[in-house]
Amino acid sequence: MHELSIAQSIVEMVQQHVPPSDWDRVVAVRLKVGVLSGVVSDSLEFSFQAITSDTSFRRARLEIESIPFRIQCNACQTTTVSESGFAVCSQCGSVETKILSGSELHVSEIELEEPEEKKP
Amino acid sequence: MSVVTIERKVLEKNDALAEKNRELFHQSSIFVLNMVSSPGSGKTSILERTLEFLNGKLKIAVIEGDVQTDFDAQRVAKFGVPVVQIVTHGGCHLDASLVQDALRSLDLNGIQLLIIENVGNLVCPSNYDLGEHMKVVVASTTEGDDKPLKYPAMFRNASILLVNKIDLVPYVNCSLSALKGNALCMNPALTIFETSCTTKQGIAEWCNWLEKQTADLQKKNQ
Repeated sequence: MHELSIAQSIVEMVQQHVPPSDWDRVVAVRLKVGVLSGVVSDSLEFSFQAITSDTSFRRARLEIESIPFRIQCNACQTTTVSESGFAVCSQCGSVETKILSGSELHVSEIELEEPEEKKP
Repeated sequence: MSVVTIERKVLEKNDALAEKNRELFHQSSIFVLNMVSSPGSGKTSILERTLEFLNGKLKIAVIEGDVQTDFDAQRVAKFGVPVVQIVTHGGCHLDASLVQDALRSLDLNGIQLLIIENVGNLVCPSNYDLGEHMKVVVASTTEGDDKPLKYPAMFRNASILLVNKIDLVPYVNCSLSALKGNALCMNPALTIFETSCTTKQGIAEWCNWLEKQTADLQKKNQ
């Protein structure tokens, strides 16, 4: 359950990038989560809601973009998405591969509604 | 609607602290390992055999991470090495800040090798850089040969795989070649040692390698 401490880090990051007076305008936090990051998206969303439900961020939702595990073969140069998580080229079978993506755990964007849109 | 684009790593705060730890290790020329595995794979037993074998050859310090109790620190302290126990009180992994705190109560003077034994967990510790040079993942034969497929991130992020409890292979449903093959599919760059803490098979190879890595690092830092 390290998703709870990751959710806490996300809240701290939003607090750093949005002035306190605008915290209740945050409606979405967009994340990029690699399939090999070891983070379970459902648990992360649950944890985020649990720790923000009584705070200024209670209306904020996580929007998680899942990033596939993509490898490039050093032998045949083919770029493939590995569903199995194996770092083996599915074209030529070489294990000499470069990992292009899949371990990301990034906050990409924070979305705020305009002040006039704010519900009373 | 307005959008603030930030593109930051969620764990950047941990990574920055890990970098500080790494700097400290570099200044003191200490080779640092982060040992990870599921609970019960034999991390502490490997540590005991390692301390026994390297006694008088290397100056070693240990940081123990556990959810509760200081049992492991007590086991390690019997070998006369400096040891600090981190109790996470429910936390499922060590992070760079916990290690930074532990380092304050550890006298690193003269230490050549620091082994950090993480909380037994094959998922969470893989995300947290502690400032170590390498992650060592332990997989024991009693866990079966499919662990690397089930926990890819941990095997991907490790540099070393210790296949432990190999003396039990005749009694358990685990193929050594499948276990190693699965691990190499996840991470072709893994260096693999086979060990048994009961028969001490493989402990000398592992310790000799460790001694060489430590010496290489100190030569490089001179």
